[in-house]
Amino acid sequence: MSVEQPEQPAAPGASTAGERRRISVVGALGELLLMAGALILQFLGWRLWWNDAIMPGQQPTAASDLSTGCLEEARADRTDAPAAEPTDSGEPVVGPESYANGTPFAVMYVPRFGDGSQHSIAEGTGLDVLNSFELAVGHYPGTQMPGQVGNFAIASHRSAYGGGMHEIEQLRLGDAIYIRTRDDWYTYRFRDLEYVTPETVEVLAPVPNIPDLQPTDRLITLTSCYPLYSTAERIIAYGVLESWQPSSTGPPAEITDVVASWES
Amino acid sequence: MYAALWRVLPGPARLRVILLLLIAAAVVFALFTWVFPWVDGIVNPFEVTVE
Repeated sequence: MSVEQPEQPAAPGASTAGERRRISVVGALGELLLMAGALILQFLGWRLWWNDAIMPGQQPTAASDLSTGCLEEARADRTDAPAAEPTDSGEPVVGPESYANGTPFAVMYVPRFGDGSQHSIAEGTGLDVLNSFELAVGHYPGTQMPGQVGNFAIASHRSAYGGGMHEIEQLRLGDAIYIRTRDDWYTYRFRDLEYVTPETVEVLAPVPNIPDLQPTDRLITLTSCYPLYSTAERIIAYGVLESWQPSSTGPPAEITDVVASWES
Repeated sequence: MYAALWRVLPGPARLRVILLLLIAAAVVFALFTWVFPWVDGIVNPFEVTVE
C-alpha cells in the first residue's frame, strides 16, 4: 500500500506491460504520517464531540421515559387520595434489594448539573452500563438501594459517553440530588467532596471510610474520574437523605415543573 | 498510495472525486462505529469506578 509512484503522463492503460514505476520512500512516509494525523484528529473528534455530545443525546430521553413510565404505573396503582404531607410518609420504603445487571431501576436528576441532565441508573458498573448511550449511570452491586440505611453508591463518566457527572465539582453544600425509583422520590442533599485514589473502595462502605461501623444514616455516594480527562484519581461526592415521598404524591414540589416537562 | 488509489478508480475525474468521498465516508463510519469504541476500551477501560 505504501508504494508511491510518479505521475502517469497518459491514461493507466497506456503504460507498457511489465513497466515498474519508481518507489518514493519519502512520499509514502509522508502519506502515512498524514493518515496517522487524520486518524488521531478523528479519534479526538469522536471522543470529545460525537461520543460525548451527540450520541448520548438519548440518555435524558431514556431517563424521562423511565420516569414517565414509573409515574403511569404509580397512577394506575393508586386507589386512594395521595397523602397531603410528604413528610408524613414515615420510613422510606425500599424496593427490591438487587436487580439484574444492566437493568435501569431509577432516575437521577441533579439541578446543579443543568436542565435535561436526568440520567437512568442501572445495576452494575461495567462498561455495558457506563459506556451505554442510554444508561450511563451505574449502581455498585452490593451497596444499598435508594432510601435504605447505608450507602447508595453510583458511578458515571465525566468526559465521555454523556458525562453523567460532568459538573460534579460544581456541587455546593445543600444541593439537591433527586433519585426517582418506580415507587418513590428521594431527595438527597449534597454534603461534601473527597478526592481519592482509584483503589479506595472504602468510600462505598455503608459508613464511608469506616467499613466496620454499623450505618445509621441514609447516604448517597457519587463516584467519577478526577481530574477531568484523566483517570489518575477519583472524585467522590457524598449526600444525605433529606426526605422521600411516594410516587403517588408526585415529584418534590421544587421540581414539579421540570418533571412535568419530561412527560411531553 | 493515494496516487495509486486515484489511478485504480474508474471513470472521469468528477466521478473519481465522488467515489473517493464515498470511500472516505465509509471509512469514517467504520472508525466511529467499531474501531474507536474498541480503541477507547483499551486506552481508557475504567475511569470512574473505585475497585
